[in-house]
Amino acid sequence: MSKQEETTASTEALGLRDGAREAVPVVLGYLPIGFAYGVVGTAAGLPLWAVVSMSVLVYAGSAQFIAVSLISQGASVAALVATTFLVNVRHLLYSLALSPRLERMSRGRLAWVAAELTDESFVMAARASASRDTRLPFPFVAGLNGVLQVAWVVSSAVGGVLGGFVGDPLALGLDYALIAMFIGLLMLQMRGSGGVIVAGIAGVISLGLHLLGAGLLGIILATVVAGGVGLVWAERR
Amino acid sequence: MRLLAAFVAMGAVTYFSRLLPLFVLAHRTLPPRVLRFLEAVPVAVLAAFVAPLVLAPEGVLDISLSNQGLLVTLPTVLIAAWSRSLILTVVAGSLLMMALRAFA
Repeated sequence: MSKQEETTASTEALGLRDGAREAVPVVLGYLPIGFAYGVVGTAAGLPLWAVVSMSVLVYAGSAQFIAVSLISQGASVAALVATTFLVNVRHLLYSLALSPRLERMSRGRLAWVAAELTDESFVMAARASASRDTRLPFPFVAGLNGVLQVAWVVSSAVGGVLGGFVGDPLALGLDYALIAMFIGLLMLQMRGSGGVIVAGIAGVISLGLHLLGAGLLGIILATVVAGGVGLVWAERR
Repeated sequence: MRLLAAFVAMGAVTYFSRLLPLFVLAHRTLPPRVLRFLEAVPVAVLAAFVAPLVLAPEGVLDISLSNQGLLVTLPTVLIAAWSRSLILTVVAGSLLMMALRAFA
C-alpha cells in the first residue's frame, strides 16, 4: 500500500475539470432518478419549492423518496428527522473510507467535501483514487461532487415541473436506472477473486437480513462483515 | 415553513454522518489493516444494495421469470462486465426494463 506515502507531485494534474469529467457517467444515472423523485414529490402534494429545497439541503436519494412518503402520510418533523438519520447513517462508512483517499486538506475543505458525499460520489472517488494509485486533491473531489449535486437538483426541479404531464415514472423504466448504475459501479470496482468473494458475501448477508426485515441497517452490517472478509483475504496472500 | 425547518434538520443529521469520520481522521494515518478493510467497502456496499433490490424486490425471495428486475439484471451485468462503461450500463439496463415492461 503505497498510497500513504504518495507525494502531491503526481496529483497536480488532477483538477476541477478532471473531477467534473469523472462525474459524467453518474450524472446520466442521476438524471432519471432525480426526475422520478421530482415527479413523485409533486404527485404526493409537495410544492415545487419543497421538492427542490430538499434536494439542496438533504441531497440523499433514498432518504428523499422515503421523506416524500412520510410527509404525504402526515408524519411529524421528529419522525422525518429520525428516519433520515437512520437511512443516512451509512455515510459514516463512506466518510471513513474516503478519508485515506484524500490529500491533506484544511478542515474547511473537508467540510465542503463532506457536504456532497453520496453513495455514488464516494464510489467514484474511491475508484479514481485506486485506479490512479493516488490521493485525490480538493479541486478534483469538489468538481466531481459539485457536478453530481447540480445534476440532482436540476433533475428534481425538472421532474417537479413536468410531474403533471408524465404518467407513472416507474413505467418508463426509470426506477431500474438506479439498479443499473449500482451494477455498473460494482463491475467497475471489482478486481480479482477477492472482489468477487467480498461482493458475494455482502450480497448474501444483505439479502438474508433484508428478508428478515432489517432494512438499511442490514446493508451496513453486510458491508462491515464483507469488508472484514476482504481484509482477511488480502492478508492471506 | 415547517417543511423547510424539517429539511434543514434532516440535512444537519445527514451532514453529521458525512462529516464526522473525515474530521476525526483528518491528518491522521490509518493502520494498514484498517486501510485494507476500507478498500473492500465500495464493492461490499454496492453488492449489499443490489442483491435485495434484484432478488427480493417485494420483500420476499423471488427467483422466477416473473421477476422483471432479475431478468433485466442478467444481461445488464454482462453488459457492465464486457463494456466496463457506466453510461452504457445505465442506458442499456433502463432500455431493457422499458422494453420488458412494454412487451410483457
